[in-house]
Amino acid sequence: MVPVLSDLQKGERVKMADKLKLAIARGATCSGCDVEIVDINEKILDVIKIADIVYAAVIMDTKLKEVEKWDDGYIDITFHHGAIRDSENEHIAKLFRKKSKILISFGSCSCYGGIPGLANVTNKDEIFKESYMDTPSTVNPDFVVPLPEWKDETGHKLTLPRFYDEVFSLDDIVTVDYYLPGCPPLVTQINQALDAIISGKLPPKGSVLASEKALCDECPREKPKKINIERIYRPHEIELNPDKCLLEQGIICLGPATRAGCDAKCIRANMPCRGCLGATAAAIDQGGSILSAITSILAISDKETQLSEEDIEKLVGQIKDPLGTFYRFSMPKSLLRKVEKEKK
Amino acid sequence: MSEKKKRITIEPITRLEGHGKIEIFLNDEGNVEDAYFQVVELRGFERFCQGRPVEEMTRLTTRLCGVCPWAHHIASSKCLDAVFKVEPPSAAKKLRELGYCAHMVHSHLAHIYALGGAPDFLMGPDAPPAQRNLFGVIGKVGMDVGKVVIKNRYNAQRVQEIIGGKTIHPVTGLPGGLSHPITEEERKEIEQMSGELVEFGKYTLKLVVDDLILKNKDYVDLITGDIYYHKTYYMGLVDKNDKVNFYDGEVKVVDPDGKEYCRFNEDNYLDYIGEHVEPWSYLKFPFLKKIGWKGFVDGKDSGIYRVAPLARLNVADGMATPAAQEAYEKMYEILGGKPAHNTLAMHWARIIENLYASERMVELIKDKEITNKKVRNIPTKTPGEGVGICEAPRGTLMHHYWVDKEGMVERVNLIVATGHNNAGMHMSVKRAAQKLIKNWKVNQGLLNMVEMAFRAYDPCLACATHTLPGHMPMEIIIHAPDGRVVKRLSREIK
Repeated sequence: MVPVLSDLQKGERVKMADKLKLAIARGATCSGCDVEIVDINEKILDVIKIADIVYAAVIMDTKLKEVEKWDDGYIDITFHHGAIRDSENEHIAKLFRKKSKILISFGSCSCYGGIPGLANVTNKDEIFKESYMDTPSTVNPDFVVPLPEWKDETGHKLTLPRFYDEVFSLDDIVTVDYYLPGCPPLVTQINQALDAIISGKLPPKGSVLASEKALCDECPREKPKKINIERIYRPHEIELNPDKCLLEQGIICLGPATRAGCDAKCIRANMPCRGCLGATAAAIDQGGSILSAITSILAISDKETQLSEEDIEKLVGQIKDPLGTFYRFSMPKSLLRKVEKEKK
Repeated sequence: MSEKKKRITIEPITRLEGHGKIEIFLNDEGNVEDAYFQVVELRGFERFCQGRPVEEMTRLTTRLCGVCPWAHHIASSKCLDAVFKVEPPSAAKKLRELGYCAHMVHSHLAHIYALGGAPDFLMGPDAPPAQRNLFGVIGKVGMDVGKVVIKNRYNAQRVQEIIGGKTIHPVTGLPGGLSHPITEEERKEIEQMSGELVEFGKYTLKLVVDDLILKNKDYVDLITGDIYYHKTYYMGLVDKNDKVNFYDGEVKVVDPDGKEYCRFNEDNYLDYIGEHVEPWSYLKFPFLKKIGWKGFVDGKDSGIYRVAPLARLNVADGMATPAAQEAYEKMYEILGGKPAHNTLAMHWARIIENLYASERMVELIKDKEITNKKVRNIPTKTPGEGVGICEAPRGTLMHHYWVDKEGMVERVNLIVATGHNNAGMHMSVKRAAQKLIKNWKVNQGLLNMVEMAFRAYDPCLACATHTLPGHMPMEIIIHAPDGRVVKRLSREIK
């Protein structure tokens, strides 16, 4: 079998190796994406029939020095998971871009910054101080901190990657061919993408390999005609009815502003969506999109004129931590990108 | 001066979770002068979780680690129980433990078959790198066995999904319990799968320990020899009978002679554990505070301790289930008693724990209460400070949150499994390098054997690196006249 994939964007066909060469590269990540790939289970036996995995640090012993020796385009497809947080992440992103015919941004960190991207709500000094000075178990009377370059007493030089001021998504750094969001992308999503690769039926470059719809469209709960909520509750505060729309129960759920494709796993487990698949195809900014959805169902929407400023503020004030909730997975890719604080 | 000397860099270190590297420095004779195990990444959870609603911590901290998200979910759920001063119903605790035992199996099987055990021992430490992996293992044991491995990993995956909503990054943990109970149909499914996992646990013990390791004298020598050996303190959670428990109990520490050194719990862990910072690693080095940080040395006078499967077995009085207990006794008989200081025996202990976790799943799923619909108590008290401790697959895990009266996070302290083992891994790598690399003789097989020193710990550097540094740091070193460093100050320059 010789899979030939269409490169529709350029109108040319990319010739793949006789046996596909796949790689899994990683940035700032929890490695859940690695595990989810291993969790495709027996499908992995199909994959190794048509493909060789040439690099995947979590399961294989190929070292970066070997990758650096490969010709450009040696790898057919690289799945990159993790955000770009430091100089090593950037190096790996650029290296695998160069060595790969197709680069897939895999998982929410790579696509949007993900939860590590929440670090963009604070600044480096604060994080640094917290981690190495203020955490109560830290014993650091000499104010030692990790350094990009350091020599020990014998003169041995040791280096660490240099950290950036903010978290970036993969496509901030290199051109990405496909996006496969999710935290992590589910086995079914991965299998669909693998089937497309195996059959040579990949969509146009730049596509997101997930549904075009909003999660609400595939939500198993009863769909209310109109929602009007007086009070917002936090998930631990009330009994959660497993059949009713969570928003209707006053629980913030990111379903209306989130791309479908996850089979509503969290909602089926009686917990609200937190938006890991990112904005829907129609929206640019996931946070803005959910904010507008929430304000339209709050009891203020029909009676703005009857409510005082104070009442409105009180209602909206019930939304705790809008920044960290609405941009839970997408801060670096949002219109906000980063919260700038005044430097002392 | 010494910069001219030979340096060997292993980058990235492989078959683990997260980013790390090893630097080995040789002297003029081609022997190892020094070696470093460096954790080269961090993300900053302790800071960016501040300001978040505390009940979201169960879903934020899972992203510390996709390999042991359940460990963080459980520690965080227990921490939330403490923050809101609410006791979950008994069925909820049992379901949490059941899902967690399934996770333990899922994580341990991944290490046994894909990351550490089988690839290094079945294929051989010096097998070609291209074969030293899951696919090599499947090739060697045959597709039929490969399929059984895959089927059982699926079993563990499925149980986690039923209870946690998702296998990776579960979502159902809430202060006071869980977001949903399980149905009778799901109970039957779990019972069936748990039974299969026990059989598979026994099979794995026979395949890897009895047939692969004990029948090969070279491996037995490697495990009991002095390349992978350090006398340290050990830490782990024990139940009221002093048996290994992953979900709940007291933290017990034994000294290098196996004598109980201390016991503590959520309320006073800070009295016992401190974290030391080194300039060459982003990961801190926890130590026993009352003994103090004495540098990278083992023994009774050093505060360095180790966690993870072997440490848990070393501190406990045994396993709470029959087949695991039998395997436990056999291991210590062969290793010559407790505590075992043989780092590679961590693989063995992991296989015993895998069996215990499966047996415990069967016990829990047969419990009459397990399908009880009452799985939540809604918190009513004003939230405050709380700590949650559990045993992650890779060792003791501590979550500590401080909140305001609205339950918004003000401060977070996380001490994760791989963190506790950071000093141990560094020492193990250095010792293995010193024992294995002599007179300029270095090859990929030997270097893999250096990697085996950290791999036994099944480190998860993703977990470990929740911290984050600044930019353009500067360091001032104050030397004594003899060149000894007496003071080291570092700070950032803008």
